[in-house]
This record gives sequence, structure tokens and C-alpha cells, in this order.
Amino acid sequence: MTEPIVKIRGLKKNFGQLEVLKGIDMDIEPRQIFALIGASGSGKSTLLRTINQLEEVTEGEIWFDGELVNQKLPHRQRERHLNQLRQNIGMVFQHFNLFPHLTALENVTLAPVLLRRSSKAEAIEQAKILLDKVGLADRADYYPSRLSGGQKQRVAIARALAMTPKLMLFDEVTSALDPELVGEVNRVMKELAQEHMTMIIVTHDLRFAEDVSDHVVFMADGLVAEQGPPSQVFRAPQEERTKAFLQQVFED
Amino acid sequence: MDIELIGRIWPFFAEAAWVTVKISILAIMLGLTLGFTAALASLSRNPVLRWPARSYVSLFRGTPALIQLFLLYFGGPQIGIHLEPFEAGVIGLGVNIGAYMCESIRGAIISVEKGQTEAGSCLGLAHHQVMSRIILPQAARMMVRPLGVNAIALIKGSAIVSTISVVELSYTAHRYISSTYKPFEMFILASVFYLAIVTIFSYGVKWVDRGVALE
Ligand SMILES: Nc1ncnc2c1ncn2[C@@H]1O[C@H](COP(=O)(O)OP(=O)(O)OP(=O)(O)O)[C@@H](O)[C@H]1O
Ligand SMILES: [Mg+2]
Repeated sequence: MTEPIVKIRGLKKNFGQLEVLKGIDMDIEPRQIFALIGASGSGKSTLLRTINQLEEVTEGEIWFDGELVNQKLPHRQRERHLNQLRQNIGMVFQHFNLFPHLTALENVTLAPVLLRRSSKAEAIEQAKILLDKVGLADRADYYPSRLSGGQKQRVAIARALAMTPKLMLFDEVTSALDPELVGEVNRVMKELAQEHMTMIIVTHDLRFAEDVSDHVVFMADGLVAEQGPPSQVFRAPQEERTKAFLQQVFED
Repeated sequence: MDIELIGRIWPFFAEAAWVTVKISILAIMLGLTLGFTAALASLSRNPVLRWPARSYVSLFRGTPALIQLFLLYFGGPQIGIHLEPFEAGVIGLGVNIGAYMCESIRGAIISVEKGQTEAGSCLGLAHHQVMSRIILPQAARMMVRPLGVNAIALIKGSAIVSTISVVELSYTAHRYISSTYKPFEMFILASVFYLAIVTIFSYGVKWVDRGVALE
């Protein structure tokens, strides 16, 4: 049994009075493809965002690669700790969040160059390889405003990969896309999965979740309601809430 | 309208207009420096920086520019600050417009989507790198127009330095009224020069704005 790359224990998160996460325990093994599903408002995004500390934790522990993520530290030290941590965790957002003042290539090279991961020339070389990998070699010099949603999202994935992360977080990365553009982004994620990148994928696209993941977590009301391999969670759910959720989604 | 008189004295107004231009440009530069510093400070997470910046803005936006100028020029000597009229004019106008410019710059920075900061932080960039490489380049494009509005307000508002006897356009108009008794002509003449300065400046702002626009 390998040591999990992400270990979450007793995680609670409140926004003011609102309890969003009510005690989550979770282990993610290296090379595992995690799908996080559940109704809107169940806390999927919040859970994802606590892992790289875009959201602070109210209670509990998050461990990443053997290190406590939410350590109490003085301000400056905490910032350094988080920057270090985040270099190893890539994140892709629903609305891409590409840097509009930079070309596709510059979006990808920005962090590796600023953080001195590589020389400028190496970073450009690497970025071209990554853009090629996501099928956008010919769009390197385009600004985001001239890319389609699907292309933007693929640049965003390349940008995250440029820091050679050990874990990738995807938060509904195809939800804002026109249906005909979903496939091209899903294909890139599937390819990453086949290369054994460790991934946590929040998605409403249950067919994709079943297809790509090797572990599914169904969240309801700030708690893990059911989890297991996709064959079990999707085909033979144990919990009533899971059944109700699946029924509702597949009816739509 | 005494055209002959206007033809005779307009060169003196042109000279005075140059003083208005100089005092405005220097005050704008001072205002931009103060405004930029105060904007960054007011967005800092450190209250020791935030608090003075916010106070500066509310103090200087909450009191008349004329009173600020008088306080500096007439009140200054009482606490050992002796300034020439021109110097007092630059500082008085610049410090005042800086407070407005701070709000323009702050507004532009705040208007950059939160997702941009998140995307930068997620890559492991430090706070100052996110600011300088991601937020400010985008905010810069959005602050050109509001800063242009501030600057034009300053050019027109610079007329108040005539009250501390800086020999600029308004002062010159007043001076020639007392010798010619022709206020109509004198104020028309001054207005033409103000309008010319403001028009040229507006074109400058538009040109910069187009220059920084996203493709
Ligand atoms: N910054 C915030 N401040 C206050 N409440 C928040 C904040 N972010 C999320 N919430 C609330 O927390 C709850 C869970 O939100 P979250 O975004 O994690 O849900 P989700 O499962 O990702 O939903 P969706 O499928 O719609 O994306 C919601 O009720 C939401 O309104
Ligand atoms: Mg969400």
C-alpha cells in the first residue's frame, strides 16, 4: 500500500454561518483518477479549493505529499509554504481564467520562467511541446480572445502542466463549453489519465466520470455519501441518495 | 467684441497658458505617483499601509481643493513650510488630484476578475508577481480613461492657483480685466486657451487608450 498523495481528515469548512463541508475524510493514491460528483451546492468546488488553499479550512487536516497543507504559520512563511505547495498542484477552472494580455504560449511560460523552473528558452520549448500535446501547436501566438472555449481550456490545461504538478484539480472544466467543444477537452484529460497523472475531477458529466475515473466520490450536503469504483457507484449504488441523484441526472 | 484688443494681447495669454500646462503636467505626475502608491497601499493586506492610504483619500476628497491650497500656501509658513506660489500650486493640486487618481487606479485593479488572481496563485506565483505580471497589466488598460478624466478635471481646476498669484491663464485674465475693463473678451480668450489645452490632452488620452487596448 503506497502512502496517499492527498490525505484529508475531518475536514470542515464554514462560510460564516453556512456549513459547507461537514467532516470529510478522503485518501487519494498516486496515479488515481478521482471523480467528484454530487448535486449543485453539495460542496464539491469548496472541497477542491481547500486542497490548494484557495479556501481556508475551518477544521480538520489536509496532507499533500506528506506535508500538512493547512499549517498554522506566520503570514510570510505561510505565503511561501503555499506558493511551494501550489507549484505542485495544477488547477483548471470552469471559466478558464487565462491571462488575456498574454498569448497562449506566454500563458504557459509565465510561471515556469517567473519561478525559475527553467530558462526562458527551455520554457518556450517545453510550452510548445505542451501546446502540441493539447492539439494547439498552431495557436501558440494567439491571444485568448481569439480562441474558442475548448481551445482556451486546453491552453489552461497546458499552463497547469507546465509546472509539472504531481496532482491536477479540475473544477467542471467543460461546464461552460458549447456541447460540441466538450469532447476535445475530455480527450486531453483522458490522455492525461492514461499517462497516470493523479487527478481529481469535479464534474456533472457522469458518463465522462464513469469512463475516465477509477474512483468515484458522491458528495451530498457537505459529506461523502458514497464512494467506490465507478462500476459500483454508477451501476450498483448502495445508498438511497446516490440512487436518487443518479436517477434524476440520467432522466434529464 | 473688441477684436483688435484680442489680437494685441493674446500672446500674453499664450505665455500664461504655458504656465497652466506646466503646472498641470507637474501636478498630474505628482498625482499619479501618489495615487499609484496609495492605491497599492489601500489594497494591501497590511493595515499599517492600508489605513494611511484610506485616510489620505477621504481627507483630500472630502475637503475643497481651494482650502487645501490655502492651508499649504498661507498656513504653511506658520509651521515652517515656505513655498513659492508655483511650487505650492504644483503640490496643492497634485496632492489633491492624487486622492482621486488613487480611486481610479484602485477601481481598475479591483475590476480585474478574481479568477485572474486565483489562476496566478494556483501556479505558485507570489503575491507581488501576481500583482505585477497579471493584475496590473490588465488594470492599466482600464485606468487610462478614468485617469484621463481626473487629469482634465485638474487642468480646468488649476484655475484656483490664480488665488495664490501664480501667473497662469485665469490670473492673466483677471489682470488684463483690471487694465482694459473688458471682462467679456478676457474670459473668452482664457476659455479658448483652456479648451485648446483640454482638447489636445483628450486626444492624447484617447491615443494612449487605443495603444494599450487588448488586441
Ligand atoms: N465564497 C463563498 N462564500 C459564501 N458561500 C459560499 C462561497 N463559496 C461557496 N459557497 C456556498 O457553499 C455551498 C457549496 O458550494 P460549492 O461551490 O462548493 O458547491 P458545488 O458542489 O461546487 O456546486 P456546483 O455544482 O453548483 O458547482 C453553496 O451553498 C455555496 O453557495
Ligand atoms: Mg462547483
